[in-house]
Amino acid sequence: MEVTVTINGGSHSHDVEPRTLLVHYIRDVVGLTGTNIGCDTSSCGACTIHVNGESVKSCTMLAVQADGQDLLTIEGLADGDVLHPMQESFRQCHALQCGYCTPGMVMAAVSLLDENPDPTEREVRIGLEGNLCRCTGYHNIVKAVLHCAEASS
Amino acid sequence: MIPAAFDYIRAGSAEEALAALAEHGDEAKLLAGGHSLLPLMKLRLATPAVLVDIGRLDDLSYINDAGDHLAIGALTRHRDVETSALVQSQAGLLAEATSHVGDPQVRHRGTIGGSIAHGDPASDLPSVMLAMRATLVARGPGGEREIAIDDFFTGFLETALGDDELLTEIRVPKMPDATWGFQKFNRRAQDWAIVGVSAIVNNGNSGVGLVNMDSTPVRAAGVEAALSGGASASDAAEAAAEGTNPPSDLNAGPEYREHLARVLTRRALEAAGR
Repeated sequence: MEVTVTINGGSHSHDVEPRTLLVHYIRDVVGLTGTNIGCDTSSCGACTIHVNGESVKSCTMLAVQADGQDLLTIEGLADGDVLHPMQESFRQCHALQCGYCTPGMVMAAVSLLDENPDPTEREVRIGLEGNLCRCTGYHNIVKAVLHCAEASS
Repeated sequence: MIPAAFDYIRAGSAEEALAALAEHGDEAKLLAGGHSLLPLMKLRLATPAVLVDIGRLDDLSYINDAGDHLAIGALTRHRDVETSALVQSQAGLLAEATSHVGDPQVRHRGTIGGSIAHGDPASDLPSVMLAMRATLVARGPGGEREIAIDDFFTGFLETALGDDELLTEIRVPKMPDATWGFQKFNRRAQDWAIVGVSAIVNNGNSGVGLVNMDSTPVRAAGVEAALSGGASASDAAEAAAEGTNPPSDLNAGPEYREHLARVLTRRALEAAGR
């Protein structure tokens, strides 16, 4: 089935099998491999992207469901060489260890602040409950999101 | 994990969806937000031959004040229910429970109708529907019909919906002055409830729904009867597991679930001011 999506501002059209998962489409067909596959069961959040501006787990969506939608992946966040404020906050606060969960964490965190620009620490922790860091680096991740919220206000 | 192959039909209207269901019968499954169905399909626990995508039927995504009840379109996303001022003021229990469904990403995609039609005893929202005595509206080839929530859940992942029917609306009685409590016990963030309880008290009438205490979502009828007989929260809660048949899994056996049901029901009732 023909699918046309906007990813990071660019239009992409491909003929895909209906059962193709969105994350496989993004990684294997479009070739954007910044979006990671972790658990593949919509638990870990590593595959989080934005669909029409909201965080979504791309392992639990079919590519055909994304037809005509506006997608943003981790590759589309920075403005050229200038990191997105959330990426910069993750860097400043050393909010990553192995880095595997980081793209999903950053995308979830950006969506979180879009909906709640001035969250409490508890709201950040609850807001990121759909993202797992198996290095257990949550402390600095939460710090980075709060830092980003503060820097943006 | 990749689902087994299927034919994909994108419905442009409820009528198109019904026509596809009429043609393909029990070979077909409806796809709304996909957050119950797609995980099952990826595990090959569900292998529908035809997937009818109703995710774009925006006319079935709404929250309306309909006099004595809220009319909520089946395709309304959890996020929209959770943040609706109307739901928060008229059905606070529903808004609160919805905010505990999955995680933010799941709530951006999952729908209230999809969650209820899935009929999963481990889901949070059916317990709210039971407690608030919601009415469901289904559309089929013969037109629309109302289904009382107590008649809806018929077996494990089975409901009163026919193969040719589409859940279109959820009618939740408005209860602006109700007091309520929602309890969800799990070991990790975003997990399914090991046991959950929705309790509401409105004008002296109580409703209590249980999560994960049987093969279907169930009402704690014994608790409701005790409360209407004037029992205290702690006395009424002792009846929480009566008549249930709790499942056994890695997290808990039946006895522990029965214990949890009693404790969580007491807490939910206390939160509801009983």
